[in-house]
Amino acid sequence: MKPFGYVRAATVEEAAEALAARPGARCLGGGTNLVDLMKLGVERPDVLVDVGRLPLDTVEELPDGSVRAGATVRNSDLAAHPLVRDRYPALSQALLAGASGQLRNAATTGGNLLQRTRCPHFQDLSKPCNKRAPGSGCGAREGTHRDHAVLGHSEHCIATHPSDMAVALAALDARVELYGGQGARAVPADRFHRLPGDHPERDTVIRPGELITGVVLPAATAALPSAYRKARDRASYAFALASVAAVLDTADDGTVAHVGLAFGALAHKPWRAERAETALRGAPATPDSFARAVDLELEAARPLRDNGYKVPLARNLAVDVLTRLAPPVRPARHLTEDS
Amino acid sequence: MTGTGTALGAPAVRREGRRKVTGGARYAAEHPLADRVHARPVPATVARGRVTAVDTAAALALPGVLAVLTHENAPRLAEPDDPTLAVLQDPGVPHRGWYVALAVARTPEEARAAAAAVRVEYAVEEHDVTLTADHPEAYEPETANAGYPARREYGDPDGAFASAPVRVDVTYRVPPLHNHPMEPHASTARWEGDRLLVHTSSQGGTAVRATLAALFGLPEDRITVDTAHVGGGFGSKGTPRPDVVLAVMAARETGRPVTVALPRRHLPAVVGHRAPTLHRLRLAAGADGRLTGLTHEIVTHSSRVKEFVEQAAVPARVMYAAPSSRTLHRVVRLDVPTPSWMRAPGECPGMYALESAVDELATALGTDPVELRVLNEPEREPDSGKPFSSRHLTECLREGARRFGWDRRDPRPRSRAEGPLLVGTGVAAATYPVLVRPSTAEARALPDGTFVVRVNATDIGTGARTVLAQVAADTLGVPLERVRTEIGDSDLPPASLAGGSSGTASWGWAVHDACTRLTGRLGGLTGRLPDEGISARADTAGRADADSPYARHAFGAHFAEVTVDSVTGEVRVRRMLGVFAAGRILNARTARSQFIGGMTMGLGMALTEGSTMDPAFGDFTESDLASYHVPAHADVPAVEAHWIDEDDTRLNPMGSKGIGEIGNVGSAAAIGNAVHHATGVRFRELPLTPDKVLAGLSGPAPAPTSGRDG
Amino acid sequence: MSSEPTPEHRSDTVLTVNGKPHTLRLDHRRVLLDVLREDLGLTGTKKGCDHGQCGACTVLVDGRRVNGCLLLAVSLDGCDVITVEGLTDGGDGLHPLQQAFLDRDAFQCGYCTPGQICSAVGVLAEAGAGHPSHVTDPAAPSGRPVPLDEAEIRERLSGNLCRCGAYPHIVEAVRDVI
Repeated sequence: MKPFGYVRAATVEEAAEALAARPGARCLGGGTNLVDLMKLGVERPDVLVDVGRLPLDTVEELPDGSVRAGATVRNSDLAAHPLVRDRYPALSQALLAGASGQLRNAATTGGNLLQRTRCPHFQDLSKPCNKRAPGSGCGAREGTHRDHAVLGHSEHCIATHPSDMAVALAALDARVELYGGQGARAVPADRFHRLPGDHPERDTVIRPGELITGVVLPAATAALPSAYRKARDRASYAFALASVAAVLDTADDGTVAHVGLAFGALAHKPWRAERAETALRGAPATPDSFARAVDLELEAARPLRDNGYKVPLARNLAVDVLTRLAPPVRPARHLTEDS
Repeated sequence: MTGTGTALGAPAVRREGRRKVTGGARYAAEHPLADRVHARPVPATVARGRVTAVDTAAALALPGVLAVLTHENAPRLAEPDDPTLAVLQDPGVPHRGWYVALAVARTPEEARAAAAAVRVEYAVEEHDVTLTADHPEAYEPETANAGYPARREYGDPDGAFASAPVRVDVTYRVPPLHNHPMEPHASTARWEGDRLLVHTSSQGGTAVRATLAALFGLPEDRITVDTAHVGGGFGSKGTPRPDVVLAVMAARETGRPVTVALPRRHLPAVVGHRAPTLHRLRLAAGADGRLTGLTHEIVTHSSRVKEFVEQAAVPARVMYAAPSSRTLHRVVRLDVPTPSWMRAPGECPGMYALESAVDELATALGTDPVELRVLNEPEREPDSGKPFSSRHLTECLREGARRFGWDRRDPRPRSRAEGPLLVGTGVAAATYPVLVRPSTAEARALPDGTFVVRVNATDIGTGARTVLAQVAADTLGVPLERVRTEIGDSDLPPASLAGGSSGTASWGWAVHDACTRLTGRLGGLTGRLPDEGISARADTAGRADADSPYARHAFGAHFAEVTVDSVTGEVRVRRMLGVFAAGRILNARTARSQFIGGMTMGLGMALTEGSTMDPAFGDFTESDLASYHVPAHADVPAVEAHWIDEDDTRLNPMGSKGIGEIGNVGSAAAIGNAVHHATGVRFRELPLTPDKVLAGLSGPAPAPTSGRDG
Repeated sequence: MSSEPTPEHRSDTVLTVNGKPHTLRLDHRRVLLDVLREDLGLTGTKKGCDHGQCGACTVLVDGRRVNGCLLLAVSLDGCDVITVEGLTDGGDGLHPLQQAFLDRDAFQCGYCTPGQICSAVGVLAEAGAGHPSHVTDPAAPSGRPVPLDEAEIRERLSGNLCRCGAYPHIVEAVRDVI
């Protein structure tokens, strides 16, 4: 780790100015990933702009019924907040499925979104990695890649995004609020992270000098049934092999009125299952139609040598979570008439 | 504990426990020394080749940097017995991660930055790191680890197999595994004039002293090695590792006390690992279930640095009565890190395979796997023909079955489900040899009526201080609280390492003998003792290491219940129960902890732990604790350990067998057998992670590899 | 060796550790774990992985359990830190969790133990404050204390690895103090 300067920002504007002032500046939130990567030499900031004490540490209901979580709200506080637990259970569950109690106490909302891939080749300076060193090649494609992407990868990068939280935000139609020299803007959560394409070094659409100020969960998905499920090698404290966040609202006739579905650990970003969602809208909320829709989505999968298991795993998870969210299948009338 | 011989076996509380729960116990990197500096090694970044140039200028220009050692300027060492210790002696790179430089600086941060700034150029050679069963360079070594013959054969195993009515012919694969003690390897060295003082995290300080004396050309009496507290080892600290050599070198070069604390990510490459083992087992049985042939052949890897052969076919020489048998080890030297001991080397992977195959045989026969094992109990050790000093495997199986509720089991595979969860139970046997090594000890009686026992034993978490005090109190016939133990310092009477489940037996024997002599001396005395007290020493050389006419092994039985999630392929253990016959249990409290700990490591081997040798880069992909999954709290449910008291007078004066490893032997097989029972699918490659299990659950039924003829 | 790190790479930082305030001129690279171990001689907090992957460095910062290895000390200016050495309030008596770990033989090598104990202190506070865990029933009312059964303890302590396999005894020890 090389020596670096340190600035503690008191306001969002001050933080943005400090970030803009030095190209080698990085935001320090909880530090749980940034400091990890600095020790590995992957991140080499000239100066850290500490945003950990900015007044962005609250979760509040906005007048339109949406809920804003500030960028510095700690993951554990966000997961425990009644507005989140009661209205957006998938988000609370996703946060609690990630990392450990200690890490969640330090990690922030903004930092969680900006965490980098856990690809071991990205973390090892002695290996080629187009994300870390553009043009150097992809060590993972050449070497081992059991944990890597099956959707949306490019010849340059097969890394996955490790966040659980971001998967729930994508399914819940959340948006990410940003602030920079050109003012404030918001980006849909499922458009915040990007696919690797020719520029795997860019994880997100954040612009130089911008910082995350918060995420907003819309009123539209508040209190809809939602859930998150993750499969992993270890019962706790492990990154996902695959995960699913789903939001499902059904009409009185048993058809799907609203669905949000996103996969984690399958791609360079939380994978919003738009084809499956389109297929499901208005379709019966039954395991069969869930399975058909998810299969349609996963037709796009291009597994590599070591990670073909992710496709059936993701399929099973999605069908399972959607089925649990759907109202129980009503028993046929002739069974209930006599009872 | 009133001095009437009842101290042994009592659940005495760990003597260092208070220091450990308050943070007062100091480990090797934690000794406050004025001017102490930090060194960080630089690993090679190629899988095979040699260093052609090292540019240290940028590193030396950084703040706080005192030195950068390379093969060009590091102190010359005498040739070590263990070639993994010949660090910075030549430009060769035998595997990725081999140390090529050492940066020394005032602070850990400065040392880290300096290590990162060292520029190394290599001449790269083609590498081969991939172990296959039919690798053209596989050969049969003379011996496997611990001196076991690589091959043993009797009867006509091939003929027995060809003619058997019931046959099992199966292969298993155990991946590379990493010890990962919670304390990474660390050493602090300082020179005081011509004296060398070392704090190191090692399972045996006496051997560290001897090694350093040889490497640096020093008389042993000028070296003191402190191993007061060691944060686990599990074999990876059984002998000195490069950290201690580097620390001594750097201290000599800089004239300052130096700490080398290895980064966690370095450990897989430089402290040893459990080598992968490819097993082929052929079991031949009559229709009555009696084995007629047993063949266990393994292929494993070692490095170019030295030959280490995981003795995984050895337990098959102990376990079952079969008139024909072949056990064989083959090894391939590859461009991989050097493997070494990991808890129950040989027995652990070997018994996973053997006990899985026995379960397959039970399935093929339609026999209960407990009964099948009982049926094949040998009267003498099959390989040596020696009588057992004691063998209570049947009792362990029966007692375990009773406690576990085995009789309520529906033996049909995939017969039990709870919603999406498939539930199954499994059993496996365990064995581990009784090892004992010569040690010395001193016992001293003081005028205030207390006693001091001195022996350079090492407490790696076993509770050595406590149990040795119990041995002494029992022998002296005094209350436990009147005995103090001094261990973990090479100025104490030399003793063997904490490894091979031999520590307590080896040290305890010497303590027992010293206390017996002391009792004799005290018996002839009247009046007050001199101020310095009266002491007696003992040395068990020639007795502890004498050949025994008996086959001496501990045995055990594991039972496990698992759930397999049919949605995800996730396997979780619900409960584990082990029953062990390991001689006399000397401390019920610490022994239970060791048994449970071994079983937990077996759980990890079965379900979560696995390392991958990257064929392109020649390193282990799972190099940190985020990717190499040591079981976490949530993985480990109710784990119960019980034991059967054995009265075996053919062991040592305490009547004890080792307990540190047997809990780890066979537990993975019990879990794997439970997964078969839950799913009806036989998985033959560990660990049983969702990628493999889900594929097995949804894929076509594997082609039968076993079954009854006709 | 060149000169000292330039001034912009160091800051004065005030940390209160186990009730005692310290003003330290710190290299920005220094994490809390190394402040405790190297600057303050408080080696009870352990370095097991240095990357937030094992929990051996768990301490309480402003009452919350965190990994000391990933916290840049400069960012903690003004914070209150409790380590395993500070659980006893300076007296001879042990914290109830320390005593329970002793009573239950909830450790072997002892290296993960301070982190386990500090983590358990944090777990009790978090559950009491109504923080759910991965295994808490999603239908449980938010904002109310969460009862700590064995599954809750195991999940919540999963950020503290123990290679000796003391987990079952650690769970017993935590249950003893609930």
